[in-house]
Amino acid sequence: MSAAEPIKVAELPKVAVFPMGQHIGAPAKPIVKKGDKVKVGTMIAEAGGFVSAPIFSSVSGTVLKVDTVVDASGYAKPAVYITVEGDEWEESIDRSSDLVTLKERPELTDKDIVEKIKNAGVVGMGGACFPTHVKLSPPPGSKPEWIIINAVECEPYLTADHRLMLEHADEILVGVTLLMKAMNVNKAYIGIENNKPDAIQLLTSKATQYAQNGNIEIVPLKVKYPQGGEKQLIDAVVGRQVPAPPALPVSVGAILQNVGTAYAVYEAVMKNKPLFERIVTVTGKSLAHPSNFLVRMGTPMSQLIDACGGLPEDTGKLIGGGPMMGKALVNTEVPICKGSSGVLIMNEQESKRAEAQPCIRCAKCVNACPMGLEPYLLSKLSAMQEWERAEAEDIVSCIECGSCQFTCPSHRPLLDYVRMGKSTVMGIIRARQAKN
Amino acid sequence: MNVILIAVIVLGAVGLIAALVLFFTAKKFAVKEDPRIGLVNEALPGANCGGCGFPGCGGMAAACVKAADAGSLEGLNCPVGGQPCMEKVAAILGMKVEASAPKLAVVRCNGTCENRPRLVQYDGAKTCRIANTTCMGETACAYGCLGCGDCVAACQFDAIKMNPETGLPEVDTAKCTACGACAKACPRNIIEVREMKAAKKMGVVVECMNKDKGAVAMKACKVACIGCMKCQKVCEFDAVHVENNLAYIDPEKCRLCRKCEDECPKLTIHAINMPPRKPKPAAEQPAAQKAATAEAVAPAAPAKPEAEQ
Repeated sequence: MSAAEPIKVAELPKVAVFPMGQHIGAPAKPIVKKGDKVKVGTMIAEAGGFVSAPIFSSVSGTVLKVDTVVDASGYAKPAVYITVEGDEWEESIDRSSDLVTLKERPELTDKDIVEKIKNAGVVGMGGACFPTHVKLSPPPGSKPEWIIINAVECEPYLTADHRLMLEHADEILVGVTLLMKAMNVNKAYIGIENNKPDAIQLLTSKATQYAQNGNIEIVPLKVKYPQGGEKQLIDAVVGRQVPAPPALPVSVGAILQNVGTAYAVYEAVMKNKPLFERIVTVTGKSLAHPSNFLVRMGTPMSQLIDACGGLPEDTGKLIGGGPMMGKALVNTEVPICKGSSGVLIMNEQESKRAEAQPCIRCAKCVNACPMGLEPYLLSKLSAMQEWERAEAEDIVSCIECGSCQFTCPSHRPLLDYVRMGKSTVMGIIRARQAKN
Repeated sequence: MNVILIAVIVLGAVGLIAALVLFFTAKKFAVKEDPRIGLVNEALPGANCGGCGFPGCGGMAAACVKAADAGSLEGLNCPVGGQPCMEKVAAILGMKVEASAPKLAVVRCNGTCENRPRLVQYDGAKTCRIANTTCMGETACAYGCLGCGDCVAACQFDAIKMNPETGLPEVDTAKCTACGACAKACPRNIIEVREMKAAKKMGVVVECMNKDKGAVAMKACKVACIGCMKCQKVCEFDAVHVENNLAYIDPEKCRLCRKCEDECPKLTIHAINMPPRKPKPAAEQPAAQKAATAEAVAPAAPAKPEAEQ
């Protein structure tokens, strides 16, 4: 819907809001206080642990307050509010659009790259927001063989990655070479679905410029959901299957990064630009002008929706992310975070859930599950709170893609229950590990 | 004829041998159980609710016998059978039980549809456990009742029901056995199994769990506790304490004077199983009391608790 829309630069907000928990892991700790002056790119919160990432101001202005804001989780979380005054950038950031390749910066070592990524607060841009430096620090004993770039565009409706590839192909490819150098691997794959022939063509033609002996390969993939799931993509690209958790993708030799992350890595390493803006798709069937925006973090979603022609009258749901895994938001003032890949506005008809009927044992969910689980059983076990059996049935392998719920002819809320069960079982496992 | 006779003899012999084997193995490998456990088990109500903290009535019976051998039944209480049941158990074991305070499940949220405006609509699976993970609920209160009725489903005694008008669960104080199943089911810990006074199960409760700052709480709900400390100041028995912007009344220290109920500006504090305050005297009383205490602040204060006793 918005794939043909070039990326527009979104206007600066009046007040930017930065929630402290924008990534998986420990929330960041604010290091500014009321009245502090900040510039674009100033660190406003430091990482709260190893699995955490610092947060940078995307605007210049004054810290209004350190308070709470209702973020995408639906709960009020600690956040820093900054009143925007002008647009003054930190001097260390290279704002020119000149491309810097690895050839021009031969002095960069693998450790430098990871350190720069860590200090720039880069996290996985696909939506899960896993801190990138953690992914680039594989556990000892594992040996990465390939970098796999996820350019699949995880969910229907979203076009942010597609546009990014068309408009910033060079930067992405340099980012890929940086990731390869950081991990000391000699082969990278970029997996793109067949419904983006323009992106496949562009990247294939440019890859030779940056690759040595063709070690960056573009892999066209079948269009299906969830092709962009980490494990699905590894299977599709290199034909290896990741074992059940706690095994990581690196255990089969693959390091996965989103195409947006590759771009962020390029900017962080070559331009000294911390992660404070991202591409966001704002779309929906009833929306007047679905668009892709380059947005500063902390911008309220309402501002983007207004730029697309305002909230349609028949709005039923506002979803942060895509239609399958995204989360319904409680209001339009939710700020854009590192993981906000899209804002989807569903009309009343689309958003209504049909009433759940009894399970008819058709096993459609079993066929649909990309992980080979039995969603009907897992949801039942979660509802009955049979955690031990749910664990034995590998509930933690669920990737929460929502295919089961989408396919269910009885409209049963399968994913709702499985997700709840998964988080409970993971909690039980963590508690057990902590004990031992 | 011969065939039938052989069959009878063979089967009879097999039966006899099997019976003997079973008899001797039953004797030899008999599990010796204290006969009192069976007796106590019979005296218990057999609800198997787990309210006592043991896995069913059998577990409770075994625990009672063990405790009796150790010398005291202290700490063991069947919430369903209550005092009469525990007396029966004690009689079987030749012990005595001390009277324990009656308990009741109390819903600490008064955010009815009127008091708490609904901002969004939740249409996921109808259980509080899941609703609690998706967002703060249909209202702006992240601590209040989600209204999906997990507590109702958990109750084995039909003692808690959703009131469709208020959207909140209501406890039938006559049926409630204080087994605690609802309190366990509530993902927000709104339900408290609370010690009450006298056989009528009376008590004064802060019907709110909101720990937000006053201004935030006030916006979310008309009857939210705003942590104004008025109740803490007015209490003469040191029973009310405000922590994290939320008042809590210690049931052990509370003497049911209901002053905090009168003082609360947000009508958050409610008395349970007590006659409703008549509106007119209630309005006059605090004024009169204020006048009285204003006249003699310091000297009257220490004398007062005794006077009220």
